[in-house]
Amino acid sequence: MGNAAIELRGITKCFGNIVANKDVNLTVNNGEILSLLGENGSGKTTLMNMISGIYYPDEGHIFIDGQEVVIRSPKDAFDYHIGMIHQHFKLVDVFTAAQNIVLGLDEPGKFDMKKVSARVAEISQKYGFDIDPNKKIFDMSVSEKQTVEIIKVLYRGAKILILDEPTAVLAPQETQKLFTILRRMRNDGKAIIIITHKLHEVLSLSDRVAVLRRGEYIGTVDTVDTNEDELTEMMVGKKISLNIERSDPVNPQERLSVKHLGCVSKEGVKLLDDVSFTAYSGEILGIAGIAGSGQRELLEAIAGLQHVSSGEIVYHNPKTDKEENLRDKTPLQIRELGVRLSFVPEDRLGMGLVGNMDIVDNMMLRSYRRGKSVFLERKAPKDLAERIIEELQVVTPSANTPVRRLSGGNVQKVLVGREIAASPTVLMAAYPVRGLDINSSYAIYNLLNQQKKNGVAVIFVGEDLDVLMELCDRILVIGSGRVTGIVNGREANKNEIGLMMTQSAGGKTHE
Amino acid sequence: MIGTIFSFIKAAIIQGIPLLFGATGEIITEKSGNLNLGIPGIMYMGGISGIVGGYLYERSTENPVAVLCILIPFLSCLLGSALMALIYCFLTITLRANQNVTGLALTTFGIGVGNFFGGSLLSFFNQSGSISLLTTGTYYKTPLPFASKLGLFGDTFLSFGFLAYLAIILALVSSWFLNRTRSGLNLRAVGENPATADSAGINVTAYKYWSTIIGGAIAGLGGLYFVMDYTAGAWTNDGFGDRGWLAIAIVIFALWKPKSAVLSSFLFGGLYIICVYIPNLSSSSKELIKMLPYLVTILVLAFVSMKKKRSSQPPESLGINYFREER
Repeated sequence: MGNAAIELRGITKCFGNIVANKDVNLTVNNGEILSLLGENGSGKTTLMNMISGIYYPDEGHIFIDGQEVVIRSPKDAFDYHIGMIHQHFKLVDVFTAAQNIVLGLDEPGKFDMKKVSARVAEISQKYGFDIDPNKKIFDMSVSEKQTVEIIKVLYRGAKILILDEPTAVLAPQETQKLFTILRRMRNDGKAIIIITHKLHEVLSLSDRVAVLRRGEYIGTVDTVDTNEDELTEMMVGKKISLNIERSDPVNPQERLSVKHLGCVSKEGVKLLDDVSFTAYSGEILGIAGIAGSGQRELLEAIAGLQHVSSGEIVYHNPKTDKEENLRDKTPLQIRELGVRLSFVPEDRLGMGLVGNMDIVDNMMLRSYRRGKSVFLERKAPKDLAERIIEELQVVTPSANTPVRRLSGGNVQKVLVGREIAASPTVLMAAYPVRGLDINSSYAIYNLLNQQKKNGVAVIFVGEDLDVLMELCDRILVIGSGRVTGIVNGREANKNEIGLMMTQSAGGKTHE
Repeated sequence: MIGTIFSFIKAAIIQGIPLLFGATGEIITEKSGNLNLGIPGIMYMGGISGIVGGYLYERSTENPVAVLCILIPFLSCLLGSALMALIYCFLTITLRANQNVTGLALTTFGIGVGNFFGGSLLSFFNQSGSISLLTTGTYYKTPLPFASKLGLFGDTFLSFGFLAYLAIILALVSSWFLNRTRSGLNLRAVGENPATADSAGINVTAYKYWSTIIGGAIAGLGGLYFVMDYTAGAWTNDGFGDRGWLAIAIVIFALWKPKSAVLSSFLFGGLYIICVYIPNLSSSSKELIKMLPYLVTILVLAFVSMKKKRSSQPPESLGINYFREER
């Protein structure tokens, strides 16, 4: 094919010891839509950031229209007519659409917003956008904001468009509208790369599909020649054995029943929709899903941090044998009821620990209410901190070192250690091994297993399917805020889980 | 009675001019996302730099020339205050120090430097007494030539030195710059959402540096006006008082719009001295009346916060240092 708009050869990028992209080869032609498919952390966004000038590749070559180019900054990317539409919009809220579109441009001639608006209207008409150039961004819906982003790159003369998960924030009808526009742009000769992990969208929109897995380039296939099963297998790969110990659940009892749970965001988007499951004591329940499918909201709803719009969360109190509804209770009320939920949030330092405080003080964040006098009781937290340091082998100069100075794995151990020390009956952990090296990861798995043996109902949100399949007794698969399946961790098939993850409410090919 | 009202208006304008310089400078600064609380110190610095420049010039020559009498203090004022703003920029933008702490430190520093040189400048040259640059002061106070022919109107609105008109012109030019030019749009984007500005190819650091330095220089002129025009070339330690803080209050009161800052400054100037025009006030009620500008600012802030109108909010990233996300 002679009209390659952009070609990548042997692109490699590392962040420290982590290889984000390894020897990736990719070609996109003019007048073509290419889907870039891969799991979370497979390096899709990193790869695209290298094309749009945010990162610089360690190795490899980029060719545009057959010429080798060097892209060092977003400005270089503009100059090569590359435009990226990020997942998180980069717009100034108090500006109008037109003001955002011309932002940072250095066009010759007088600065005339009327002329800008006219050109915006012209572009809108050509591709069928529906936008008012003088509307302020803060008055706009998500879909309108996305439109502004797309016009912004078109205004700058982009011929190669990269869209990072453009449909993640859109309603089904809006998605269809976007696809119509993308097809129109393709017919106009533009090269379009769309990052996604929704298989039905890949199949309905793109001409070719390129698959990445763990930073490695797996291959490119023509959409007409492929199907969901093949793509899923390319995406998740064969099962890898990790040798994580797993014991059989002992005397499992209902501990937490979530019934028809629903959550709605401020914008009215359904974050969780009719989620039902039961967590048993003495077992690890895994939650698998594409990032942002509602895992965080689910955990937060149980912990009382997220407003629940429908359904109920029933806790079976092992002490009193009574059922208590956790819905709409504050985290404090939940604890006062004797319901003990320990929560390891996704953002370790943001929600779990205070970076500038030392380990002892961070222990105290959970226990200071127990004190009876006006003065703080420092002895118990200090003992606890020292016990955690010893038992979990936290590498730290002392218990009085600010937590932010510890490495990721040690921070995580402190956090998990503190949550476990509260001797919970339900322990929720979200991505507890994210960013950890192998040894620290196994230390965390062992901790969770230990809790399971102690009869705790462990809920483990993970992103690595191999880990989930070896660690968990059951795996709940969540897609776009809905439960798409609950499978047995011992018998599950990786492709089966991968398919469930990529299903969504808007999906057509699967129900 | 009419006479009193007009003399009150005139006094309000005179009091308002230094505030207007300070407010305009701070608005330009804040539009880049830098909350420069060093403005009171910078205004002191502007004042004392002007004084030092003027003093050295008057000392060096028998017959001071009008142009140099005006130009030398003017330029030394710009230099002194821009230097202060540069320190702020270096600390907060390059070294990413906390903006509030840096600003407050600069204020303390500026007032200290002002009082130090104000108190000891003469003793460096083995003179005694207090600084009084009468010649320079006279040139700075020269009103528009036709003002005296226009009676009460001329006396009330046209009898000021050139700095007063410069203050109004600078405010209007700033308003035009922010709202009608490409660079103004870019600057506002930097203050609202620096990450977006960065990804649009705008040099965030350069915009922050320049707007803060230019803003600081403009604010410094307020100090110059005070020492050269208002007090006619005389320096008194702590004479400038808390006008710098009033200027920052005006920024909030004017909702970050330089155009509104003009009338707001005159209003605040009026409130600042209204106690003199109310007869038979006890000294304690005078102090209470002096509180009015701050009270009004709090009310405006409360009102604006309750209304939550997006266009009358401070720049979104005000007070937050920007650094490009690194992974």
